[in-house]
Amino acid sequence: MSDQTLTGEAQQEHEAQTEHEAQTEHEGRAHPSDRNYVGIALILAVLTALEVVSFYVEEQLGALLVPALMIMMIVKFAIVVMWFMHLRFDSNLFTRVFVSGLVLAITVYVGALMTFRFW
Amino acid sequence: MSVSEQTAMAPTGSAPDADDHIAHDAAAPAHHTSTGLSNEKLGMWLFLGSECLLFGGLISAFLLYRSKDVEGMTGPAVGDLYDIPFTSVSSFVLLMSSLTMVLSLSAIQRADHRRARTWMLTTAMLGASFVAGQVYEFTAFVREGLGYTTNLQSSAFYTLTGFHGVHVTIGILMLVSLFVMSLRGRLSAEKTETVEIVGLYWHFVDIVWIIIFTLIYLIPA
Amino acid sequence: MALTEERTPLELTTGEESVVEKPLGAFTRPSSNEGWRSWLTTVDHKKIGILYGATAMAFFAIGGLEALLIRAQLAQPNGQVLSPEIYNQMFTMHGTTMVFLVIMPMLAAFSNYLIPLMIGARDVAFPRLNAFSYWVFLFGGLFLYSSFFLGGAPDNGWFNYAPNSGVAYSPGHGIDFWTLGLQITGIASLVGAVNLIVTCLNMRAPGMTLLRMPVFVWMALVAQFLLLFAIPVITVALFLLMFDRLFGANFFNVEAGADPLLWQHLFWIFGHPEVYILILPAFGIVSEVIPAFARKPLFGYPFMVFSGIAIGFMGWGVWAHHMFASGVGPVSVAAFSLSTMFIAVPTGVKIFNWIGTLWRGKLTFTVAMLFAVGLVSQFTIGGLSGVMHSVAPHDTQQTDTYFVVAHFHYVLFGGSMFGIFSGVYYWWPKIFGHKLSEGIGKLHFWVMFAGFNLTFAPMHIVGLQGQPRRTATYPEGMGWDLMNLLSTIGSFLIALSFLIWVYNVVRSRKNPHAGADPWDGRTLEWATSSPPPVHNFDLEPTAGHLDEWWHQKYEENEDGRPVRREEFTYLSQVDEPSLSRGGRQPEGVDVSKIHLPSPSYWPIVIALGLPLVGYGLLYTYWLAALGGLLIIGGIVGLGLEPSVDPEAGHDEHDDHDPGHEPDDGQEAELVAVGAGDGAAGPDGTTAATTTDSEPT
Repeated sequence: MSDQTLTGEAQQEHEAQTEHEAQTEHEGRAHPSDRNYVGIALILAVLTALEVVSFYVEEQLGALLVPALMIMMIVKFAIVVMWFMHLRFDSNLFTRVFVSGLVLAITVYVGALMTFRFW
Repeated sequence: MSVSEQTAMAPTGSAPDADDHIAHDAAAPAHHTSTGLSNEKLGMWLFLGSECLLFGGLISAFLLYRSKDVEGMTGPAVGDLYDIPFTSVSSFVLLMSSLTMVLSLSAIQRADHRRARTWMLTTAMLGASFVAGQVYEFTAFVREGLGYTTNLQSSAFYTLTGFHGVHVTIGILMLVSLFVMSLRGRLSAEKTETVEIVGLYWHFVDIVWIIIFTLIYLIPA
Repeated sequence: MALTEERTPLELTTGEESVVEKPLGAFTRPSSNEGWRSWLTTVDHKKIGILYGATAMAFFAIGGLEALLIRAQLAQPNGQVLSPEIYNQMFTMHGTTMVFLVIMPMLAAFSNYLIPLMIGARDVAFPRLNAFSYWVFLFGGLFLYSSFFLGGAPDNGWFNYAPNSGVAYSPGHGIDFWTLGLQITGIASLVGAVNLIVTCLNMRAPGMTLLRMPVFVWMALVAQFLLLFAIPVITVALFLLMFDRLFGANFFNVEAGADPLLWQHLFWIFGHPEVYILILPAFGIVSEVIPAFARKPLFGYPFMVFSGIAIGFMGWGVWAHHMFASGVGPVSVAAFSLSTMFIAVPTGVKIFNWIGTLWRGKLTFTVAMLFAVGLVSQFTIGGLSGVMHSVAPHDTQQTDTYFVVAHFHYVLFGGSMFGIFSGVYYWWPKIFGHKLSEGIGKLHFWVMFAGFNLTFAPMHIVGLQGQPRRTATYPEGMGWDLMNLLSTIGSFLIALSFLIWVYNVVRSRKNPHAGADPWDGRTLEWATSSPPPVHNFDLEPTAGHLDEWWHQKYEENEDGRPVRREEFTYLSQVDEPSLSRGGRQPEGVDVSKIHLPSPSYWPIVIALGLPLVGYGLLYTYWLAALGGLLIIGGIVGLGLEPSVDPEAGHDEHDDHDPGHEPDDGQEAELVAVGAGDGAAGPDGTTAATTTDSEPT
């Protein structure tokens, strides 16, 4: 997208265009309905139940336990962020801001914890 | 240097714009910003991004100290005291409060203020029962001989979960304020965004617990 | 404190829709923009910027005094000026002050004052939070300094390594003041970061795309992002330490098996981005000053921007180079050595771009330019000794010696402070309407330049010879005597140069008005009057270019050379001398239609609660409860109060701002709503006239 023009007319036209795009963006990806939200919550509930179950069948799962729990955690996290917090439907800028904080946190803290382990 | 060179320094129209949205009227009221996004919502997302590093640090401190073998450690290990069924229930309660939060927002966006208030209050109550559960858990642990100062793990555990609990409590206070504002008719149609922003905070507190529940409670030391 | 205004509560007689509750009845909303009291309630980013700057300079004097005491102690072997205990407090408070209470707020001052002007906005995104940030910073700083009167200042260095920070090794309250004080100032930084980031992203004038923002705005933006993500890390560290000391937690209790490296990691994960928080805005300042006085656009603007962003990213991957001597393993050391070497690359790009800007430019060595060139040269020296430290064996040798002290003073004083003084001289006429004297300024520069190098260059040598830092004395016969004496002489020269600056500030009040655009500047802040009106611009700025204001003033002739246009328009009413070099006044603007946020008491009230909580945690919880009540009450008050006071005068009811009395019937009224009814007399008496300005 460009906005090299400064002359009043072009500017207005441009503004109108952007506004239009912003609107269609909003309408194009409407927020989920209440029914969707309940469905999403059900998925979350099932995942939580699975998490708790896997804790009790720890021995059968063996080495799979930790990866399984981690995956379920990430899925739950992503569902809440994308649907309940609307990141899926909202501006990319929000996603970028939040994800940069998240990735930064994971990177520096995993890095720091690793220096306690590796020699 | 010539003007043309000067201009060449400036990004021309064909240069990739770092930003999808274009600047507009800065002085006009909210919702008419350069990016088209509201200041308050952007501010909340920035704050949440920053909070990631806060909880990351607390979680790291706990993980570091839980994995540490301390010779002659006083008191029990935190992991031996967990009451997984109980914590699962309170985790579930907090998770469902996210649902009621989003239902409240959805109601107020439809201008259904009564329902929005009901869900708001439900959310606050679910949050309160989570905090109550946490208080119960803490007292149970203390009765088992794990005080705040007992050992490395206990300090890290109470600090981490306590920080989270304080966040939930602040969320409850915000929800109650919203409820009162709505009752007194101060939550007009243009202000539904306030509910959305409080909702963002609430969901964030929830996802932090999703991580804590798995990393701290379920994954064995 | 005076929470009341001598303004009679007024009622809306129009029965307007907006039902505004008066929170706590008696406390009528402040509305004045004049007089000393308006500084307590202001939400104007320009006033807040000035407050930040003045406070930071006061702390600079205090921190400098501490440095002088340190140097007096070290002037000779076996110095007797300070006891070891006091010496520890001095170097701790010197470092803490200079980092948290001088350079950070000084850059907050520039960011606050300049970002809205440079991007063509009327104010920041959250003006009341902006005021809140300032007051929190001020009270946090005062809280920290109150430790001197309450049993001794913190004494464990600005890095405050565990386990020395524990109660066992530092039983006084000093460290508690340090942890609580920095938590309070941290709140200020975090709120400020959110505010300024939203401002940069959301408040830009039409056409001001991200890649048309001045480099200063870019560098400040990157620094604010670093703050946003770094402050929570130190907050964690500070909380853990506070819980250790106040409630007996075990985070840094080695007897319970704690790992002191946890503190070092948390501190330096924050600490290294902090280094770039301190230097990036200074880079931004010189990137504005050098083009202005080289009469050339900045060489390689996109490279400047992207190298700044790259530094911001890479700054997160180098923290453990502060810990090479702490026993982290060889893998970590190798990894962090490499990343540290790499971060020199984007910094080098910047140095080359400044040199490229200077190259074949029409250079004018004003004081601002001298300081800017001072930054480029001295930062390069500091940068090079920094790269030396990325070599782990070398670093191990130099750790805790004066070589490190020399290194970071070359980047923080030779870099940040020189950049700050460059900005002070460059924007002074914009902020106060008159220039600082160039002659005295040059004396200031050269004395400071000489003093700085005399102080810190010898430290390289004694550092390589092994003189340890943070040690109160050194014995005779180590061969360090001369160099230390030179350092001490240099430090007093720096103090002298600061006094010269103060003299310059005082004397320059009588200097003639500088006009709107004294340096023939390039960016939008020069398009408005000096000082700018409350609402910044009468005409709404638009930006079609990088260096927009320059493009409005100059066009290309047939030979491709820039010539000044006959016709261009200032963005607000400027004084007559400004028009002597062309340019017109804006016409047909009714500035009384511009609505600005109204002043508010709540920011200072909430901020006042925080140090009370701090004292409460140390002495009696009742005080903490009182502080908590102030905070909660303040937040409620802030939430209930609309940001623009509907009772503040609108439209034609406004009084004229005395400073801008229109001398021409055609000129628009110059008072924005924010100015409200507070015009009254220049002596700051409000009241009385206020009833007239209400809508009836």
